[in-house]
Amino acid sequence: MGFSEEFEQRFAEMLKHYPTKRSVLVPTLLYAQDEGGYLSDELIAEIARRLDLTELEVRNVVSYYSMLTTKPRGKYKVQVCTNIACMLRGGEELFQHCEKKLGVGHKGTTADGLFSLEEVECIGACSWAPAAQVNYDFHENLTAEKLDRVLDEYRKLSH
Amino acid sequence: MADLVSHPDEMKVVSKRFGLGATNIDRYLELEGYKAVQKALGMQPDVIINEVKNSGLRGRGGAGFNTGMKWSFVPKQSPKPKYVLCNGDESEPGTCKDRLILEHDPHAVIEGVMIAALAAQSHTGYVYIRGEYRYLSVIMQKALRDAYPRGFLGKNIFGSGYDLDIYWHGGAGAYEVGEESALMESLEGKRGIPRIRPPFPAVVGLWGGPTVINNVETLASVPPIISAGAEWYANLGTPKNGGTRLFCLSGHLNRPGVYELPMGYNLKKMIYDVGGGIPDGRQLKAVVPGGSSTPCLAADEIDVATDFDSLTKAGSMMGSGGVVVADETTLMVKFALRTMQFYQHESCGWCIPCREGTDWLMKTLARLHSGGGLKKDIDNTQYLSENMLGRTFCPLGDAAAMPTIAFVKKFRREFEDHLEGQPCAFEANAGVERLPVLT
Repeated sequence: MGFSEEFEQRFAEMLKHYPTKRSVLVPTLLYAQDEGGYLSDELIAEIARRLDLTELEVRNVVSYYSMLTTKPRGKYKVQVCTNIACMLRGGEELFQHCEKKLGVGHKGTTADGLFSLEEVECIGACSWAPAAQVNYDFHENLTAEKLDRVLDEYRKLSH
Repeated sequence: MADLVSHPDEMKVVSKRFGLGATNIDRYLELEGYKAVQKALGMQPDVIINEVKNSGLRGRGGAGFNTGMKWSFVPKQSPKPKYVLCNGDESEPGTCKDRLILEHDPHAVIEGVMIAALAAQSHTGYVYIRGEYRYLSVIMQKALRDAYPRGFLGKNIFGSGYDLDIYWHGGAGAYEVGEESALMESLEGKRGIPRIRPPFPAVVGLWGGPTVINNVETLASVPPIISAGAEWYANLGTPKNGGTRLFCLSGHLNRPGVYELPMGYNLKKMIYDVGGGIPDGRQLKAVVPGGSSTPCLAADEIDVATDFDSLTKAGSMMGSGGVVVADETTLMVKFALRTMQFYQHESCGWCIPCREGTDWLMKTLARLHSGGGLKKDIDNTQYLSENMLGRTFCPLGDAAAMPTIAFVKKFRREFEDHLEGQPCAFEANAGVERLPVLT
């Protein structure tokens, strides 16, 4: 298992920013997950080793943060916000539309491994609701049709 | 990325560089950037603190504590290093302003952290950005990288002999981490659970050192105060509520968006004039004036000034500036349930009244919503909420309880209409674990 050069550079750089090694843990886990798709046993062991932590200490942190996952997810994570500001402007209907369109429910992954769906809490797009994130990209002022087009774009991107 | 809006009543202080390309350091310098910090380098720390204190700037993250006062609690002498921590873990539902500041004016945030560091005589600052805001982390990392070779950060900043490093830090999805003590835990690489206070972070914070913690918008408001003076800033707002604020208008509005308005701006005018009123001539039902943690105001309660003291007097709070507008079609039981689902999901589980309270409230509201509630469930939501208030390490318990009390008190009729097998029209959507439906 190897990380990208960019990861290694950032990791080495970040270690210099804090008085304790463990302080880099949370952002490092997220960047590691971005590269590996999810936090596998192997990844967790490697990060624990590098930071002089036990695997249990790392898992303890992983289980707390909602973006971190120890299970494989799709290539594109579709995260639809249904919190109050989005709910008032059709966020729940949008999520249901995704369920139908992708044929999976909350935290489900399509059979081809392309998309994961998740109903998420406020992503900070309240004034441009309803909104969703696909991986880290924001898509705002959505309608079902607009979201269909967005998903089709990602589908094309994967080919 | 997010669309910018404008309105003639806006007073652009924090948002003055939005849309002008100020992420570029040269452009930022052209637009009067990094002048305030150079002025601050010539001021005594006490003078900086007093200036900020007198400006009436209060914490824009939600608590509304006087910023200069907060800085003054940091001890002058400390055996341990002192730190400045900028809170960019924006995640209060209804709030999307820090995102715009970090997107359009990252150097203003850096400059604010620098001035706070000079005031506290700290040599290390961190800007914590929530994990979902990855593109903003990229922008911030670049802004920091650009500031070092110019001599604005690092050793001997601006040739002053003062050393100051500022680093970026990222989260990974947790509302609770926006609470200042949980934020420190997260930055130290741990689960984001709150610490007991006292001692307050100003005395014992990051790695045991005194730590100044302020919200992104608060820190971005500091350079203009140093440049133009406390009196100028204070006069923009109302007594003890200095300056302007970014209001995030969302929900049932014709022109939702983030608008910078003077503190004390009338809420009714904000909704009907700035926000363009409610679509299709529908009537207003309720407004959540400062993010989901703040008690809602009913339609007849909105003729109020939006500053910390006026909204507290009106029985709510100014919170984080997230104004969520709900029209007459909104089902308040549903609204209360969705709000509680959020707090149940985000409760870190450290304090029992919050962990159990949010779960029981969510299940009780879900049962009411599905038409299986008992009359006493309505009073039970009040009883549960009131028993959470003030009984937790951090304000998340209060944040869940306060709006629930207001929803039930102000819209009790709607809760009663849900009794006796009258499920909500939205019942099909309520896919949450719930108490058994009683018949």
